[in-house]
Amino acid sequence: MAEHDSLQSVTRRQVLKGGAALAALGGVSAFLAACGGGSSPSPSASTGGGGGASPSTGGGGGASPSTAAGGGSITFGSNYSDDVPKKAMQAVVDGFKAKSGIDVTVNTVEHGKFQDTINAYLQATPDDAFTWFAGYRMRFFAAQGLASDISDVWGKVGSNYSDAFKTASTGDDGKQYFIPFYNYPWVVIYRKSFWQEKGYTIPKTIDEFKTLAEKMKSDKLIPLAFGDKDGWPAMGTFDILNMRMNGYDFHVSLMAGKDKWTDPKTKAVFQKWAELLPYFDPQPLGKTWQEAAQDMINKKAGMYFLGTFAGEQATDKAVHDDLDFFPFPTFGTQYDAEAAIDAPIDGFMVSAKAKTVDGAKAFMEYLSTGEAQGIFLASSPNNVAAGKDADTSKYSPFQQKMAEIIGGAQKIAQFLDRDTRPDFAGANGMQGFLQDFLGNPSQDLDAFLGKIQSFYDSLPPAS
Amino acid sequence: MTASAVPPYAPPADADGASASGRGRRRTRYSLLTQRDKLTIGAMVGIPAFIHIFLIWLPALGSVVLSFTSWNGIGGLDKIKWIGLKNYENLASVYQPFWPAVQHNLLWLAVFLFIATPLGMLMAVLLDQNIRGTRIYQSVLYMPVVLSLAVVGFIWELMYSPGQGFINNLLATVTNDPRWVTPGTAIDWTGTKGLNLFAVLVAASWRHVGYIMVLYLAGLKSVDNTLREAAAIDGANGRQTFFRVIFPVLAPINVVVLVVTIIESLRAFDIVYVTNKGLNGLELLSVLIVTNLLGEASLVGFGSAIAVVLLLISIGPIIFYLYRTMRTQPT
Repeated sequence: MAEHDSLQSVTRRQVLKGGAALAALGGVSAFLAACGGGSSPSPSASTGGGGGASPSTGGGGGASPSTAAGGGSITFGSNYSDDVPKKAMQAVVDGFKAKSGIDVTVNTVEHGKFQDTINAYLQATPDDAFTWFAGYRMRFFAAQGLASDISDVWGKVGSNYSDAFKTASTGDDGKQYFIPFYNYPWVVIYRKSFWQEKGYTIPKTIDEFKTLAEKMKSDKLIPLAFGDKDGWPAMGTFDILNMRMNGYDFHVSLMAGKDKWTDPKTKAVFQKWAELLPYFDPQPLGKTWQEAAQDMINKKAGMYFLGTFAGEQATDKAVHDDLDFFPFPTFGTQYDAEAAIDAPIDGFMVSAKAKTVDGAKAFMEYLSTGEAQGIFLASSPNNVAAGKDADTSKYSPFQQKMAEIIGGAQKIAQFLDRDTRPDFAGANGMQGFLQDFLGNPSQDLDAFLGKIQSFYDSLPPAS
Repeated sequence: MTASAVPPYAPPADADGASASGRGRRRTRYSLLTQRDKLTIGAMVGIPAFIHIFLIWLPALGSVVLSFTSWNGIGGLDKIKWIGLKNYENLASVYQPFWPAVQHNLLWLAVFLFIATPLGMLMAVLLDQNIRGTRIYQSVLYMPVVLSLAVVGFIWELMYSPGQGFINNLLATVTNDPRWVTPGTAIDWTGTKGLNLFAVLVAASWRHVGYIMVLYLAGLKSVDNTLREAAAIDGANGRQTFFRVIFPVLAPINVVVLVVTIIESLRAFDIVYVTNKGLNGLELLSVLIVTNLLGEASLVGFGSAIAVVLLLISIGPIIFYLYRTMRTQPT
């Protein structure tokens, strides 16, 4: 029993004391962070405020001599732990160093673990800057006082972003806490050559979509690949049906808890989903999104509704070039015109406990430039840059189309689990509820939605 | 030296100083301890007591206290709100995964107790017969035990995968029917609610059988062979010898096996977590504790309430074990 109990106690203590958590969780990264901060007593701060920062926006080769002279260093907590993005992020960091003379120590943590331990990480000794997501998840940490206000950086770089990006970077208090780096849309992905061969055409409306799906079924295909083993991919499907049927504003207020899950509008979404489910892979709950993407790539399924990161699964360049996509069909409602989509933004924040705030802000400024985003996207062809000045001439047709669809959407949502409170969206809440629905779509929807709403109501007030 | 301290009416001490007599004598003995002895005893008692209190009892009490609060784990202790029994009420009513998790934990216990553990004991008895190649069988059965449950989960993932897994492909090859591996008609072992728990239990039992086998085999080896001979002379057959003689003699080992089985069932976590993070029919109390505590905006109070439930369930076997150990302890 002792072994069991002590395991339990470790978990408890981690949460109780951020400091204790550190040893087990953030471990190495935080330790390095502490060292990094300690070894160089923030010279850039003494070199005079924003002085070190501003030149990098200029974009000119002559990066601030003042910072370069001062040198300095910051630490950066990154969740880009896969090989390719990790290298790309290092290239971005090198670019920043060449420009500003500020050293960046990158502490990479596996992304799942990064998310699981972010709470303790930000309270203990976090890195100066860290990778994170826009939307509620950003606002939450801003509201908890764990992130630094970077409105002054936005004052300089704001013109490089559209209003939608600024909104997604703004906290509840109207200040900015986030620098968008890139985003990607949720779309219906298919293989061009396969569709040509079969004579399929892109459906514009949901009726055309159903006709096409019936045709695929008679061709012995699964019309829509689907994998929801991890719990979150189904959220994308819910989001798009909800926004097509009830509009973006309803999505926002439902996510914020102002509208209720028991609303007839929400019920209609699940009814429609149940009606469309015969076109989806009948066994999504044992499949990861990677496996589902393989079904589409290997021509077992006709199409796949997912973020464009599904393209990562097409490791063969010829196959990747063969991928194409279109926005989810319209439903003939008043919301067709707004063409809302999920296009989650990934980016960066400065921690509240940052030791070298000026250096971190200079880093933020650099990351907001199309130049930095271009360096990263060179090896990440499944995203598009957030900044207006990004060099789109280097975009692949895949990326150009992404930019086109995002540009064509009047309203851009983040994603269910980025737009609502995380304790509601997580494995305890919506992940489980959506899997429950997929396992038993013919259940009593009123009772089902009642359970969702009472779970939401049982959560402590979001502070 | 010490003689002066002994009251005149005390019975004389025997040769090696042991005596059944009373207080005065004990005080005398105590004073015999040197400073160094006291330090040694203090360290031997103090360090385990310290570890025990600070790493086990205080955190356990801490979770009991936290289970009456609402806290997201951010900020100081002043941010903790007292909400009484609300966590427990929510647990029993609105929190959907709770009752399935309790059921799954009990089912896990039942399968281990009535299938996996007896199977492991059976293997041990068979391998104790000095059959040819017993070492090889032992190694084969023991192999899974040295793997962590996370690795076991991964191995069985490769067995269970609907399209690429070994089981479905074997079935497709044997029956020459491609439907076994076709999406839609293939059996989704880990993705189907109601089926996946048993699929995972098979994997967990695979490991548990080896564990119990080793424990029990060690016990069997320690049984005095004359007992078997005596039983044989009295005309007992193999089964009678085991159930009437060996099994009762192994009572201490049986208790250990029982307790180990219960512990393994209650702390089941890794294998389920690597399979699908404990969603969709694989809910367990341990997983619910973790999902409530990890991540952003963790529900510390709520997670603690689940931990307290698990603690209460665990206390039963603990008391049973302590009772047995204390009772069988020679006085």
